Amino acid sequence: MAKEFWRWKEYNWKDDSKDWKQAKIITAGVDVGSVSSKVAIMTDGELYAYSLMRTGSDSSESAHKSLNGALENTGLTLDKIHYVVGTGYGRVNVPFAKRAITEIACHARGANFIWGSTVKTVLDMGGQDCKAIKCDEKGKVTAFLMNDKCAAGTGRGMEVFADLLSVPIEQMGDLSLSVDKEPDPVSSTCVVFAKSEALGLLRQGWSKEKVLAAYCSAMAHRVFTLLEKVAVEKDFVITGGIAKNIGVVKRLETELKVKALPMPATFDPQLAGAIGAALFAKALVEKEKK
Amino acid sequence: MLANYGYKDGSGDFFITIDTDKCNGCGKCIPACPAGVLELITDESDPFRELPVAAVTEAHRKKIKYSCASCKTTTKEAILPCLKACVYTAISHSW
Repeated sequence: MAKEFWRWKEYNWKDDSKDWKQAKIITAGVDVGSVSSKVAIMTDGELYAYSLMRTGSDSSESAHKSLNGALENTGLTLDKIHYVVGTGYGRVNVPFAKRAITEIACHARGANFIWGSTVKTVLDMGGQDCKAIKCDEKGKVTAFLMNDKCAAGTGRGMEVFADLLSVPIEQMGDLSLSVDKEPDPVSSTCVVFAKSEALGLLRQGWSKEKVLAAYCSAMAHRVFTLLEKVAVEKDFVITGGIAKNIGVVKRLETELKVKALPMPATFDPQLAGAIGAALFAKALVEKEKK
Repeated sequence: MLANYGYKDGSGDFFITIDTDKCNGCGKCIPACPAGVLELITDESDPFRELPVAAVTEAHRKKIKYSCASCKTTTKEAILPCLKACVYTAISHSW
């Protein structure tokens, strides 16, 4: 089989210093995105375990797969979790979730948890859409804007380009920054147009790096216009898979003239939605008890 | 919360903004819209809100430019039926 350059690594993580048996409230957030499914398990409002898996064609199956990934080697079972909140594209198809909350609210809440209360603007660059979110110091959404009309400017678009250029998806950002001179961006309205345009450029003799640079800057420009509409306020953070693509992040920062807060080493920015959902789950448990 | 529904593409910006702090879920805007663009939902972006809230239906979000076209007359003074129906001024259009 040919090498799948778009295939990013699935993984899970658990905090060995914590014991769920000591916890009063155990909650889970299940974020079934268009490309990846994430589950975060929190004990008393602290991150205990998580997993990041690929979303298949069946949302509920993907949710189960991701949940099993997060529960692996913890001894914890679903029936011990007090509240599960579903979020993301497939949020209505999470059979074991008690409640569905939009990823907009969850990303804001999650970013507030990861980076702290100074976060005012969150850009979620997901698998198939990007969202510009403004929030207050409590992580409550004050405004949002979503673009899900097409896949240019998203993770799915990146996967298409990884395959086209035979570059492993994790290396795309770094490679795109290795050009001497920044080329003009490719088309940013449609990923299929961008792909055929890129192919044309390759045939003209452009290097992979140059084409990648052109695509990353197209993507950065596209989200820039989205962010312009909500007016970026500091602190600014990026969540979702593309947050890991330094080529897009750097170019966006240049265009915005605002630096995004660096991602904390202990967290994965792709997990922000699932973490937010787990935090909402905790708040909902507390509300029920009252 | 300012909930923006719509899109931005090569031909312009097309967003209907609902100010969910102003909207009390009275629902008067829903029959006012001849294209059936609006609906009342339980706010999934604010899990602690108890009142319903107006939103643009999923089906219209990606074609709102065309859904609203018949109300967008050339006379600037014309007030859109949805704006007229909302006494709380919770609805606005970006175009």
